[in-house]
Amino acid sequence: MATTETPDTAERPPAAPTGRPDRRTGRRKGPEKLLTHRAARWVDTRLGTANLARTALNKVFPDHWSFMIGELALYCFVVLLLTGVYLTFFFDPSTELTTYTGSYEPLQGVEMTRAYASSLDLSFDVRAGLVMRQIHHWAALLFVASIVVHLARVFFTGAFRKPRELNWVIGVLLLILAIFNGLFGYSLLDDQLSGTGLRIIYSITLSVPVVGTWAASLLFGGEFPGPDIIERLYVIHILLVPAIIVVLLTAHLAIIVRQKHTQFPGPGRREDNVVGERMWPTYAAKALGLFFLTGAVLAFLGGVFQINPIWLYGPFEPADVSSASQPDWYMGWLDGALRIMPGWEVRAFGYEVPNPFFPGVLLAGLTFGLLFAWPFLEARVTGDHAHHHLDDRPRQRPVRTALGVATLTFYVILFLGGAADVLAQTFGLSVNALLWTFRFAVLLAPPLTGWVAYRLCKELSARDGVPTASQVRVRDIPRRLRHGKAADEAPDEESPAPAPAEMS
Amino acid sequence: MTSDPRTDDSRVADENIDDRPALRSPASQHPPQTGEAVLTKRGERAERSAATAFFVSMLGALGLAVVYWEGGQPQLEGILLAVALGGIGTGIVLWAKHFMPSDEVEEDRHPLESTEEVMEAYATDFEAGESSLRSRRLLIATGGGACAALGLAVLFPIRSLGPRPGRDLKRTPFAEGNLRVVREDGSPIRPENLPDDGFVTAWPDGHTDAADAPTLLIRLREDQEFRPREGREDWTVDNVVAFSKLCTHAGCPVGLYQAEIGQLLCPCHQSTFDVLDSCRPIFGPAARSLPQLPLALDREGYLIATGDFSDPTGPGFWDRDR
Repeated sequence: MATTETPDTAERPPAAPTGRPDRRTGRRKGPEKLLTHRAARWVDTRLGTANLARTALNKVFPDHWSFMIGELALYCFVVLLLTGVYLTFFFDPSTELTTYTGSYEPLQGVEMTRAYASSLDLSFDVRAGLVMRQIHHWAALLFVASIVVHLARVFFTGAFRKPRELNWVIGVLLLILAIFNGLFGYSLLDDQLSGTGLRIIYSITLSVPVVGTWAASLLFGGEFPGPDIIERLYVIHILLVPAIIVVLLTAHLAIIVRQKHTQFPGPGRREDNVVGERMWPTYAAKALGLFFLTGAVLAFLGGVFQINPIWLYGPFEPADVSSASQPDWYMGWLDGALRIMPGWEVRAFGYEVPNPFFPGVLLAGLTFGLLFAWPFLEARVTGDHAHHHLDDRPRQRPVRTALGVATLTFYVILFLGGAADVLAQTFGLSVNALLWTFRFAVLLAPPLTGWVAYRLCKELSARDGVPTASQVRVRDIPRRLRHGKAADEAPDEESPAPAPAEMS
Repeated sequence: MTSDPRTDDSRVADENIDDRPALRSPASQHPPQTGEAVLTKRGERAERSAATAFFVSMLGALGLAVVYWEGGQPQLEGILLAVALGGIGTGIVLWAKHFMPSDEVEEDRHPLESTEEVMEAYATDFEAGESSLRSRRLLIATGGGACAALGLAVLFPIRSLGPRPGRDLKRTPFAEGNLRVVREDGSPIRPENLPDDGFVTAWPDGHTDAADAPTLLIRLREDQEFRPREGREDWTVDNVVAFSKLCTHAGCPVGLYQAEIGQLLCPCHQSTFDVLDSCRPIFGPAARSLPQLPLALDREGYLIATGDFSDPTGPGFWDRDR
C-alpha cells in the first residue's frame, strides 16, 4: 500500500513509456505493436484526436452516490432503445380489423385491430417477445423515475444554479419528453386500458379553449377514436421523440463535460477545482458496470414481474371500461388531479371552459413552466448571480428545501388521488370520503410538510454548527466546512463563534 | 489555501505535456491507491469473486441461448438475462473497486466566461459582418419576407391531418330521428325485455360502432320516482330511461350502475350521477348531467329514439353550446 508520503509523480508513471516489458510474457513489446495503440495512431493520423482523447481519459468526476442517478436514466434509455428496436420488428401499428388466431385461447376468434393482435402475437408467439416487451415497459417506468429523482437531487443541492441553468432547462425538456413518450408507448397497443387512456387524452385536448376542437381533430384524424391516432403515435413514439431525446441528451452531457460536474464541499474541494476519479480507467469501468447492473435489474423485473398484461384487458371497445383503470405511475399525478378536481366548469365570454382543462392543461402547464423557470426565479429572489460549483446540502437552504418538500408532497397526494379507487377497494373505504380527504390534503399537507422540512433544516444545521444561507454568504460555507465536519468534534478556531441558529 | 504548491511544481516541469490532473494533496482521507498494491489475501479473494461473476455470467448467457432454443420461457429468459448482465456488471465493479486506481485527483476549474478582449474581438468581427449585411436593407426586407411567407405556407399541410371539427361533435347518428335503439349485435329491444334493475348498453340502429352514441337503457323499479327535466316529461317509456353512456367529464363510459340507490359511477375519475334526478352529477369532476335520449315505441313495440340526445355527448369543448 503506497503511503501518502510518496511523491505524487511516483504514483503514476509518466504517460507513454516506450518499450515497457509485458508483465505476463516478459517480452519487451513496443506500444506501437499493441492493437489499441495502432488503432489510436490510425485515427490520430487522420483526425489529430490524441490530445482531445487524452483530455477525455483524464477527465475528473466527483464521486457521490447521488451523482449516479442521472447515469441510471441514461442507461435506462439505452435499454429502451435496444428493446424498442426489437419490438418494432413485430408490432404493426394498424387499426385495420382482423380476427385473432394466435395461441392465446380466450381471445381466439375475437375481432380486433392489427395493433392489438400483433401485440398479443409479440407476447405469446414471438420467442423472447414478452420478456422484451416487459423489459421495455419496466425500463420506461425506471427511466422516468430516475429522471425525477435526478431532478430532485439537482434541485435540493442547488446544482441548477448559475452556470447550469441551461442544463436544467434541457433536463426538464427531457423529463417532459420521457413522460409523453411513455404515455404514447403504452397507448399504441389498443387494448381496453390504453384506449381509455387515449380517450382521456382526447378529452383533455378537446378542453383547451378556442383551439381544442381543432387540435383534437387534427391529432386524432377526426372525432374519437379517430382512424389515425395509433399510426401517428407510433411514428412519434419510435422516431420523433427518441431523436429529440438523443439530441438533448447529447447536449446535456456535452454541457456537463464543458462545465465540469458540481461537487459537495469537503476537504480540498473548492469552487475553483474539481476533485474525484479520473475517467480512465476506474470511473469508466464503474459506469460500464452500472450499465450492466441496470440492465440486469430491468431484465429481472421484465422476466419475473408481469407488467401491463394486455391480454386480460381485451381489445378496445369504445363503450366498455374496466374499473381500476390506472395509468403508468408518471401519469398518476395528472390522473389524480383530474379525479380530485371538484365538478366546476367555467363560462367566459359565453364560451365554456371544460373541467379537464384546469387539471389537465393548466396544472400540467404550470408544473412544467415553474420547473423551467425555477433557476431564474430563485436567482431573482435571492439576488445571487454568482457562479456555483459546490453543491448545497439541503439543510443549508431551508426555504428552498421546504418549497421542494411541499411541492413533492403536492404531487404525491395527487398521485394517491389517482389511485383512490384502488385504495378504497384495498382498504374497504368509501371512495368519496377518500377523494374528499385528498381534496383537503392537497391544499393542507404541502404547507405542513414544508414547514416540518424548514424546521428540520434549521435544527440540523444548528446541530452541525453550519450556518444556513440566511446567516452567511454562500461562498463562505466551504471554507468553514473544511475545518471540521461537525462542530462538536473540532471547534472551529478560525471562524467567529458560529451564531446559534435561530430557534424560531 | 489557493492550490497545492506541489501541484504547481509538477506542472512547471513540463507544462505542455504533463497537464494531467495532479494527485490530490495528502489531506485526503483515502491514501492514493494504484491497485498494484492489492496483491494481498483480500486482493486474491476479490479477483476470485470477480472472475466467478464473469463465469456465472457466461453460464447465464449459455442458459439463455438454450432456453431460447428450446422454445423460450419468459421468466427464465428474464432471470438468465439478468444473470448474464449482472455477472458482467458485478465483475467489472469488483475489478474497478479492487484493481483500478482509486486515488482522488484534483483538476482546476477554469472560469467559463471568456476574457473581455476575446468578447470584444468577437463583437467586432460580428459587427463587421453585420454592417455589411445591414447595408442592403431591401434584401433584408424581401428575404425576411420570403422566409416568413414560406414558413406560413408550410403550416398549411397541417390542415390535412384531420377533418374540420364542426357539427360532428354536437350530433350523433340518433339525430336522423326515429332510429331503433338496438343491442350491440343489432337486435331491437322491447321495454319488457330489459333486465329489472339493471342497464343495457344500446346503440342507434345501423351505427353500433358509433363511438359518440353508446346509450344506457335503464329500467327503473316501480318504487323509484324519476324526476324528468322540464320539457322531457314524455321521453320515458314504461319506466325505461335512456342516457348517453359517455361521461361529461372526460368521455369514459359510465359503466357502474348501483341499482339500489339509482346512481351511475364513472370508473375513470369517480364522477357520480343520480339517475332519478335525470343523471345530475352529484360527485366528482363532472359538471354536467348525462345527455338524455328521447324514447318512444314504434308500431312493433320496439324502443326508438325520436331525436338526438338533449346535449352533445361526451366531454365538453369551448363552443359546445354555440
